[in-house]
Parts: sequence; C-alpha cells; structure tokens
Amino acid sequence: MSKKPTFPVYELMAILADMGRKDAAPELRGRTRVVYFILIFAFLGLLSRLAILQIAHGERYTFLSENNRIRIKRVPGTRGMILDRRGELMVDSRPSFDLLFVPEDTESPESTLRLLGKYLGRNGNELIEIFEENKSRPAFDEIILGKDVDWATVVAVETHQLDLPGVTLRVRPRRNYADGPMAAHILGYLGEIGPKQLKILKEQGYLAGDEIGRYGLEKKWEEVLKGQSGGEQVEVDALGRRVRVLHEVVDVPGDTVHLTLDRQLQQTAFEALKGKQGTIVAIDVHSGAILTMVSTPAFDPNVFARGIKSEEWRSLIKDRLRPLNNRAIQGQYPPGSTFKIIMAIAGLEEGAMDPDAKIFDPGFFPFGNRNFRDWKKGGHGSVNLHKAIVESCDVYFYQLGQRLGVDKIAKYARAFGLGEKTGAFFDDEKDGLVPDTAWKRKRFRQPWYPGETPSVSIGQGYLTTTPLQLANMMAAVANGGTLYRPRIVNKVESVDGATVRQYQAEKIGTIELKPATLQRVREALADVVSGAGGTGAAARSKVVAIAGKTGTAQVIEMKGAYLKSEQLSYFNRDHAWFVAFAPVENPQIALAVLVEHGGHGGAAAAPLAKEVFEKYIELQNHPKDQQQARAEGESRAD
Amino acid sequence: MQIDRRLISHFDWTLFLLALAFVAMGIVTIYSANYDIGAEHAGGLPSRQLLWLGLGIAVMFTVISIDYHYVDRLAYPFYGLMLVLLVLVFFFGHSGGGSQRWIDLGFFRLQPSEPAKLAIVLVMAKYFQDSEPSRGYCLRDLWAPFALATPLILLTLIQPDLGTAIILGLVFMSMVLMGGLRLKSFLGLAGAGLAFLPIGWQLLRPYQRQRVLTFLDPDRDPLGAGYHVIQSQIAIGSGELFGKGYLRGSQNRLDFLPAQHTDFIFAVFSEEWGFAGCFVLLAAYFALIVYCLKIFERAKDRLGAILIFGMVSILFWHVIINVSMVAGVMPVVGVPLPLFSYGGSSLASMMLAIGVMINVSMRRYTF
Repeated sequence: MSKKPTFPVYELMAILADMGRKDAAPELRGRTRVVYFILIFAFLGLLSRLAILQIAHGERYTFLSENNRIRIKRVPGTRGMILDRRGELMVDSRPSFDLLFVPEDTESPESTLRLLGKYLGRNGNELIEIFEENKSRPAFDEIILGKDVDWATVVAVETHQLDLPGVTLRVRPRRNYADGPMAAHILGYLGEIGPKQLKILKEQGYLAGDEIGRYGLEKKWEEVLKGQSGGEQVEVDALGRRVRVLHEVVDVPGDTVHLTLDRQLQQTAFEALKGKQGTIVAIDVHSGAILTMVSTPAFDPNVFARGIKSEEWRSLIKDRLRPLNNRAIQGQYPPGSTFKIIMAIAGLEEGAMDPDAKIFDPGFFPFGNRNFRDWKKGGHGSVNLHKAIVESCDVYFYQLGQRLGVDKIAKYARAFGLGEKTGAFFDDEKDGLVPDTAWKRKRFRQPWYPGETPSVSIGQGYLTTTPLQLANMMAAVANGGTLYRPRIVNKVESVDGATVRQYQAEKIGTIELKPATLQRVREALADVVSGAGGTGAAARSKVVAIAGKTGTAQVIEMKGAYLKSEQLSYFNRDHAWFVAFAPVENPQIALAVLVEHGGHGGAAAAPLAKEVFEKYIELQNHPKDQQQARAEGESRAD
Repeated sequence: MQIDRRLISHFDWTLFLLALAFVAMGIVTIYSANYDIGAEHAGGLPSRQLLWLGLGIAVMFTVISIDYHYVDRLAYPFYGLMLVLLVLVFFFGHSGGGSQRWIDLGFFRLQPSEPAKLAIVLVMAKYFQDSEPSRGYCLRDLWAPFALATPLILLTLIQPDLGTAIILGLVFMSMVLMGGLRLKSFLGLAGAGLAFLPIGWQLLRPYQRQRVLTFLDPDRDPLGAGYHVIQSQIAIGSGELFGKGYLRGSQNRLDFLPAQHTDFIFAVFSEEWGFAGCFVLLAAYFALIVYCLKIFERAKDRLGAILIFGMVSILFWHVIINVSMVAGVMPVVGVPLPLFSYGGSSLASMMLAIGVMINVSMRRYTF
C-alpha cells in the first residue's frame, strides 16, 4: 500500500462519488462518500493481504504445498490406570509400536515393501497385499502394516530407515490388564470406534482408529480414563521425514481410578471359582465398598487390547456358558434358602410366631390339594426358629409364610434391597424380582393365590435376586440394618496425584430392627456354620468365626422322586448358594457365593466362602505384606 | 400486471451479464475444485450449479416483472415466510457438519438462511422508505427494525450458522446507518453491541467458540481448525504471482481444503490463477459493487435507493468476509463467495438480489 494513501484514495472517491449526481434521494447522497471510502479501503486491504501471501511469502507456501509438507501427527492421550484399594496395579497402558506405511512418500511402494519384508525376515508379498487392500485410500494416508510389532521389527525399521522411505513406526499406548481374566467383568475392555459412533463422538475429539471403552469400568469411566489427545503439526521433507515441529499440543494422560476392590482377595476368589461357573461378591459391611467381584467363566481383556479376531469374538458370544456375562449383577437366580434370613426377620419383627415355640415337621406341608415337600425326606421333627434356620427346615418357613402373607414378605425383602438395582456403578445391572399381590395383578392380571406363597417362603417361585443384592442384604444383617449402595470406585486421581473425586459410603436405607431380632438371627446364622447339624459346616474355619446361610436354587422343579443333584444332567442341576459375614462378633465383610449347577449350597458354595474369609483375615493381619505389595504395584505401574 | 414496453428497452444488460460472468467463472472453478485427475472428470457439481443458475434466472425474471414498489406489500409476507422456514429448519431440518440448516424439498435442499438475508433488506427498505426525521433517527425510533431483525439473527445463530448471523447483523447495521441514524445513537448502539458480546458468546456452540478462539490464537488448535486455515493459506500463497494454471492446483486435489467448492472456492481459484487472477476477480467484484452503487445514486425514489443499498451491502459483506476468512485474516465462519461458490440456495438468492437491482434500475425512468 502507498505510504500516503489519503490523497489518491480521496481522488478516486471523488471521481466515483461525483459521477452520477442526478436524482438520488439527496439526504442519502452525502453518505455515499463514506460508503466509497469504506469500499476502497476494504478491497485494498484484501489485496494487500493476498499480496503478502502470494508475492511476499509465495515461495515459502509453494514449497510447503509440494508433497503437502505439513502433516498432523496425533498422539492419543495415555489412558488412565486402574488400581485396587491398596494401590496395586490392575490396568495400565504400556507403549507399543505400530508399523505404518505412507505410499506417497516412496517412488515404488512395492519394492520398498519387498525390501522391508527382507529386513524383517518375512515374505514381502503379505505386506504388499495389505497395501493393495488399502489402495483406494488417498496416497498420503498411513496404512497400518502391523499393530504392536515386536522389538526385532522396531530395531530393523530404525536401522534401515534410510532405505525404507514411507515406512514409519508410531508409538501407541496399549492397554494391559495385569491379571488377565481375574477381574474381566469389572474392568471391561476397549474397542475401536465404529463409523456410526464416530459421527456422534467426533465433536468430543475422537478420531477414526481411536479406542473407546466398550464394557465394564472402561466404558463407564471412559470420560475420566481417556485423557486428552495431543499431537504435532510437523513439516516433513519429500521422504516424509520430519524437518521441524511447527506446533505442538501436549497430550494429557487420563486420570487414575482407585477401586475399592482388593486385588489379592479377588485373586483368591478367582482361584476358588476356577473350573466352575459362578460368582463371588464380597462387600465391606460398613461402607458398601465392593472388595471382590468375580464372575466365571471369564474372558481375557488383553485379547481385546491386541485387537480381537472375529472368530474369537464369535466364540465368546456363542459360548453357552456366557463368559461375557457378569453373573454378580446380571445373573438373576432364585435365592433359595438364603431367603429364610428375610423370612425369619419378617416373622420376628411382625410377631408372626413365637421363636421358641416348636412345630412338628413331618417332611411335608399340606396346602390345598398339594403337599409342599421339605428338602429332607422324613422331615426335621420338632423345630423352633433357631433349628429351622440352622437346619434350613422348609416346612417351618412354609407355615411362617402363610402367617405373614406375600405382601409382608415382599415388604421386608424390598427393605433389604431385593427386587431393585443396587445402583452400584454398573450399567447393565439387573433388578431381580420380588413378587407381591400388586405385581401379580399388574403382570398377569390375576390375584395372588395363597398356594403361591409357600414357594416364595423358601426363596423359590417368582422370586429372583442377583448375587450382589444378596451380598448387600447380608451386609445389612451384619451391620445392624443399614443398607449402603455398593460401590467399586474409591477415588479418582489426576496424574499429578491430586484427588479429582472422592467417593464416600452412601446410605440407601435403614431398616429399623429390634435388637432381639438381630441377636436371634445372627446366633442362628453362626450356628449354621458352627452348630450341630448346621448346613454350612463346610465353611467352618479355625481362623475366623463365620455366620452364614446356605441355599439351593432349583433350576427345574422336581415333582417326582427325591433326586440328588448329581443324578440330573449338568444344566438341570441346582445352583448352590452361600451368603455369609465374618467375623461373627465384629462383622466386617459380607459375601455371596453362587456356584451354578453346583448342587447343594452347603457342599459346593460354603467352602469357597471360607477361603475368601480366611484370606481377608490374613490380609488384615499382615500389613507388612500389603506395603510390599503396594511397592510392587507401583514399580509395575512405572 | 402489464409490462411497459419502455421497461424492456431499459433492461440493465450490463448488470445481468456481469452477474452471469461471475457465475461462469464460479462454475469453471467448481469444476477444478472437484476435478479428479485419475478419472478426468469433476462429478456432477458443475452441471448442478448450471441447473441452479437456471433456477436463479427464473427467480430473477419473476422479481424483475414485479414493480419494486410492491415491496410495501410483499415485504412482510416474505419476511414471515422466512421466519416460518427458519423455525421449520429448527424442528425438521437436515443437519450437516454439526449444524441444522437445510429443509429437504425432495429435488432440492433449501437453506432458508440464504433468502433470509434478502428478507431483512426488504423489511428495512419498507421501514426506511419515508424520509427520515430532520436530525436523523434516534434509537427510540428504531425499535421496529430491531424487533424485525433480532428473530432472524437468533434463529440462524442457533442452527448454528455463525456466518449468516454475522452477515445479517452487518447488513442490518449498514441499512440502519444509511437510513439515517444519528451519530450519537450509533455510538450508543455500538456500545450496546459490545455489551451484548458476552451474551452472544454464551449462545455459541463449543465448536464455534473454538473457531473464534483459534482465530484469536492460532496456536490453540493447530491440529484441527488451525490446520484448515494453514492449508487454505498454503493454497493461496503457493499460487504466487501467476498461479499454477487451471486444473493444476494441488492443495484442493488432496482434500486438504475444507469445503473446497463452497466456502473455500476462493482458495482453489487463487492457487490456480495467482495474484494476477485474484486481482482481476476482486477488481470485478469492486466494479460490480460500484456499478450497483451508481444505480443506488440514480434511483428514482428513496425506496429504490434503500433497496439497492441493502442488496449491495449483502454483496459487499459476503465478499469481504469470505476472502478474509479464506486468506486467514478472520475466523472461519462459513460464508459463501457470492455468485461464485457452489450452492443452489445461495446462488438463487444472489440472482434474486441482482433481479431487485435491475428492477430498480430499469424503472428509474418510468413514473
């Protein structure tokens, strides 16, 4: 622009403005001068900007435009770690290398790839095949030749970089699940974002090829774990090698999630369930913190981290044992005899029976035109409440059920959190079902028949619960009637160690119970394990006093003979339950064990509970080991 | 309606042919922007633009045949229609690129925010046609124009279409100033506008804020929006003095330019024709605007003059904002280059604006 623009511009303006003064609205005419002035300046401004770009810096931009010299290298934010309650590492991300190829950067892609194949001791044709498959994409787009390649490949590519134009390595954090399938259902897994999902997520900064949490904590805590991706705007030379970094955005690692889970206890539970299908959930009775949640059979999330093959995925979802199901929250099973705890509490609170009065159990309970059987052929003889719980007498509770009626039973069941999601941080939790007259009317448009109550009284019939609900119920029995929301996350910490969020125990209900009720029920539950004739004797431990209740959930209804579970085909066998808390005097931990098709609860489930309780006590008594474990966890986290 | 024979003899061929020349240059550039070297063709967009041109000419002649004094009667219905369409877009519109701007008419996707720019001109012209108070309008007199402009601007802002909202605002301001706003009132208004900025900021979508921030501080998003700005500048700059030649541009070929046949068409043009080409194109726009201002000065009455001024300001602000954003001196807000960028709604609306100007031009001798 001229140094003294005023004079020529004014001239031009005067010429323009004076040309046609004929019959315009006179008041507007004066303003046209200003308009011309603005017009001239605006266009001169644009021209000078263009002159700067095209003439002053033209050569530089021409250079940059050749081979498109400006590239974006994106660095995804390192995903946050997941640690257990003591800081032991459960999930982290380790660096891995992807082998990339940019066809544009080499004159002959085929010969470059053949050479690469030679250096790697591989057949170059495989690599060329991958290249051919991706030919429809623009030549400046990178093709992934291999994900998570081994160290030998990295060294070979680095060494021969000059002979291999267009071949590059990209560091990429890869998810690493330290204990494989041990806590698979809680931790979950990642998957690449699909094209449809990408459309929605694009505005949040996700790009094609990014991974996103698809299940478990990885999904639920995606926001917190994912971190922020960074990257560089780099200038590259004609061979694709970086010349300089023009701009850089530093990536921010995701936050660390601290779980309430106890990794070592989880391990014990996982070992105990090895070869079985089932679940063990353990809860801190004073806070609802989940200490252990194992579901078997499990899957290995590391398979997802390296990129699951479609046949592997198919076999996972087709497996009849459903390894992807988290049985602790998604399995809905009849609680069986474990429900007698609720029945006993309801009976005592409502004053429906005298706990010391004895009834006679002949082995069946006649009702209407049907005989409801006791599990024990010939019956338990003369029974009071204590014995009824300890020996799990069905007939006693059939009678009690008739006195209470289904609606009172339902009231106590719901008070203990049954029939409703616990809301424990999991998306796919199931409700279970607590039937009553209102439900029956709504669901079947039928009244509740008295003949349906006996089944419910022993935890069968329409009644279903999830193992987590039963563990939480047991925690409430243990702590004197407070229902906490089970939770799995203790706190979230940023990389620099600052606490981002801290989660506290959350009360979701208080059950007002007479002290005598608690006293009686707890004593009976203790005798289930330690008393004479107790069904849970298999859980008896020298280390810790345990109180619990066995249960057997029928898979098919037996109308005919008394069949032992072993006589049934595997998938028709009963599920074995054991719910318990310990220590009896000063309860700290409550749990629910379910072994699918395990047969009787006392035999199949109770011993597993004992192992978990003993490990818990051992961990409590050896804080030194804990410190060592923490140090171990931290060194691994590095 | 009877068409006066004198009208035909006074038809403004200069303006008509000038407009066609821009569209022709536009189509040639759209062809290049979509040219696929391997396939040696450019897909259907150039011929579609020809179709839109046909539609635009039809619209234009319809407008020319109606005496512009009918604006008095037609302004509000047209304005109302635009308001309804913009509300419809809000509820039933098609979205694309993060915003909801289109109504699907089967054969054609109408973008109502384009004709809405004309609606604002029509209602302002209707309002300002009577001679102004001796000392100019003060703000109190102008509540009606404000009440008319605000809903249009807000409706485009929430689509979100920041570019159109800015154009609407600028055209409105230009017309109010030309209509005769007192200097004192203008300063007051400018102050109020500044005060509104924080509220407007709240109304923006995150990605729009990001764009403004990226513009103010290009280092903010060098991997996203900043990348497009850089690529656009590389395209323009690498054109140097005489350009790389037609169909020889490389930046647009590799899809580095966003929206290369619509909002960023100027970058494609600059790369191929260089500074010389840009100079000619900008000079042509300058000439077009000056020519229209001549019609404005010679208009028979105040209504015609104001009407033309509104249309000229649409042209002017589009050119300035589009070239500024493509050349990296303004945030990327999504404004087409008038008569040049690909797009049926935009082209037809601009042809309509040209039609209005021809209308006023040819009727200046009739009484």
